[in-house]
Amino acid sequence: MSIILDKVNYTYSAGTAYEIQALKNINLKMEDGQFIGIIGHTGSGKSTLIQHLNGLMKATSGTIYYNGEDIYAEDYDLRQLRSKVGLVFQYPEHQLFETTIFDDVCYGPKNQGLTKEEAGLRAFEALKSVGLKEELYYQSPFDLSGGQKRRVAIAGVLAMRPEVLILDEPTAGLDPKGRDEILNLVSAMHKERKITIVLVSHSMEDVAQYVERIIVMNHGEMIFDDAPHEVFKHYKELEKIGLAAPQVTYLMHELSENGLPVDVNATTVSEAKDEILKALGRKVC
Amino acid sequence: MLKDITLGQYYPADSILHKLDPRVKLFGTMIYIISLFSFRGIPAFVLATIFLISIIRISKVPFSYMVKGLKSIVVLMIITGIFNLFLTQGEVLVQIWVFKITYEGIKNAVLMVVRLIYLIIGTSLMTLTTTPNQLTDGLEKALMPLEKIKLPVHEIAMMMSIALRFIPILVEETDKIMKAQMARGADFESGNIIKKAKAMIPLLVPLFVSAFRRANDLAMAMEARCYHGGHGRTKMKPLAYGVADRKAYVVLVVYFVLMLVLRFVWVRFVG
Amino acid sequence: MKEQNIIEAKGLVHEYIRRDEEGNVEAIQTALDHVNLDVRPGQFIAILGHNGSGKSTLAKHINALLAPTEGTLYVDGKDASKEENVWDVRQSAGMVFQNPDNQIIASVVEEDVGFGPENIGVPTEEIWQRVEESLKSVGMLEYRTHSPNKLSGGQKQRVAIAGVMAMKPKCIVLDEPTAMLDPLGRKEVLKAVRALNKQAGVTIILITHYMEEVVNADYVFVMDEGKVVMKGTPRSIFSQVEELQEYRLSVPQITLLAHELKKSGLPIPDGILTRDELVEALLSVGQQ
Repeated sequence: MSIILDKVNYTYSAGTAYEIQALKNINLKMEDGQFIGIIGHTGSGKSTLIQHLNGLMKATSGTIYYNGEDIYAEDYDLRQLRSKVGLVFQYPEHQLFETTIFDDVCYGPKNQGLTKEEAGLRAFEALKSVGLKEELYYQSPFDLSGGQKRRVAIAGVLAMRPEVLILDEPTAGLDPKGRDEILNLVSAMHKERKITIVLVSHSMEDVAQYVERIIVMNHGEMIFDDAPHEVFKHYKELEKIGLAAPQVTYLMHELSENGLPVDVNATTVSEAKDEILKALGRKVC
Repeated sequence: MLKDITLGQYYPADSILHKLDPRVKLFGTMIYIISLFSFRGIPAFVLATIFLISIIRISKVPFSYMVKGLKSIVVLMIITGIFNLFLTQGEVLVQIWVFKITYEGIKNAVLMVVRLIYLIIGTSLMTLTTTPNQLTDGLEKALMPLEKIKLPVHEIAMMMSIALRFIPILVEETDKIMKAQMARGADFESGNIIKKAKAMIPLLVPLFVSAFRRANDLAMAMEARCYHGGHGRTKMKPLAYGVADRKAYVVLVVYFVLMLVLRFVWVRFVG
Repeated sequence: MKEQNIIEAKGLVHEYIRRDEEGNVEAIQTALDHVNLDVRPGQFIAILGHNGSGKSTLAKHINALLAPTEGTLYVDGKDASKEENVWDVRQSAGMVFQNPDNQIIASVVEEDVGFGPENIGVPTEEIWQRVEESLKSVGMLEYRTHSPNKLSGGQKQRVAIAGVMAMKPKCIVLDEPTAMLDPLGRKEVLKAVRALNKQAGVTIILITHYMEEVVNADYVFVMDEGKVVMKGTPRSIFSQVEELQEYRLSVPQITLLAHELKKSGLPIPDGILTRDELVEALLSVGQQ
């Protein structure tokens, strides 16, 4: 199972003075079970890209294949695709509308044509996996805190049991604790459910320790697509487009330039710690 | 899909018409509409046409822009034309079954369609050359005398300008919520009216919640910047009549008087 | 003589009271719990805390948008709890909010910046002058005739700051101004804020949960559950990594790494703030 993008282009307001090419010749294969990070700043085309993956936006040219099927084929069921490729938008708590949290999470499964009982089971399962306390299930979603609302909204997509889960800046506007909670949650889902996860972010430091592959977008183009430490090797180019690599990457490069024999590929704090201790000849504990 | 809506479409250009005080343009539009619906006879029609063409030339707005505005009322024009064509009593020219086309019918149909076209072009000339903010300012100042009868003129104007600022934001937000619900399998297109109306709930509830949140935030931000109603407020861009505005008023009055005279003469001698 | 504090809070308490339909008290939530805060003119103050720690409530008091339940708050020598001082207080302490969209009122940048001066009755000619100066001070002058809807988040926030600056405040309170921005926008806004502090001498109170943003502050307050739980220079605050983590704040990677290395026995000084400091410390360890 996989998603393949073949020469995908997308142009906003084609033929007018405001014409913007938001995606330029994107070729991409997302393998089943991968944990992918898409990085780029506002306007880089990353949000446009993910809306193509579940058919909410249609490419101006090019083809997208989901599990080998062309999603633009005439008889292709786009609604079916949307339940397989779950998309959690930025600030997803703004889409909550039901009177209780539980009903809201049932909305997706019900749209899939499931019975009330089945939808309820899905909702329970989803709310449990986002770690919401059971006594809250029948309260209004509007009384929750920001971080809790967001988890409910994510559960709303999870309840559709997607094969691929895309999250557009799931940590925007949250405080550090809320951010870590969401990222750990997503990471745990990847490990337990083995579903493909695409995490869109503008923070390298956030994604570096979780994902196995990073796609960097800039002005509608895919400029890097590789393992994190490979991408971070280009930290000077990243900086030019306004996307700094993690602070640790800079530090390791500076240390190595000054003669300390450390591995510059370390990207997280714990990797860096081990490397530095090793280089200084101390025992790693 | 929703982004195509343009409200109060303004066409930026450097023309005398753009620089006129919005009150002059509001008054002028009113005068023009009255003249359109009260004139009689060919000479008055010619005068109204000359007046409109010269204003279009002065405005420096491409004619194609005004034609765009006409497209939206094509259906209305056809219906008006047909009604007038068949339902006017008078000298019968052609008769097909029960439908009679009369001489007066043709005259009325042409007249009504022309009036509608002139009306649309005339009013769109105002919105094309005046920014929504100027319009609001103009209305506020023009309606100020009504404050004496306790009409909250300043508040109404403030509401209008805030609405103008937030319409594009809410349009974008609607688009986003719609997509978010579609990602959860929502279907806004199929089914009968009741099903469609029900499908709107997941769109409307979040939209209202968001609008209230924004209103709350905005009220606080306005208070933080010392907003306390219209009392004791100064204006960054106060409206003041200039030479051009006075001349424009004169032109308008002359035009209106001429139209009245032509109407009077036509009724008196032609009937 | 001691210089007068621009902001002086003593034993500030604020309780949100939730009532049921009959008006009986249902729940009392203490958002501020005996907060003391002194700010001298020209200082750059940062207030750190996670969501719900009471930092936004405190900000709204400084702008007289909320009145204290208990305690006193003086802003530029005026008692902020007195009704007659409200407009003076709001003028001397401006406020910038989190959501850039929901605080811009007009549909043209320059008209929005002019909104504050209009409200306090500044003569027309002076409004134009102030608008120009304020837009220039945040580097947004070239956008004066643009629509705010076409600007980026960072640009909108700078317009909001200019809108406050045009009222010539002595102090600006920024309530999580960067929370909804991307890294580029965040940088833009912080640069503008720092410039106002350095060049125009405006007192800055920056409320945030990003620790990276407070490195340049003169003084940092950390809030938790309505109380000020830590205060000091950035360096002294950053050296207490474990305590900060207890208060749900994340420490910058560099500081965290330095702390971890120190725990493993490396002789590194406390409260490392920048990459350069850490590189230097590690190289000197390496030479021993």
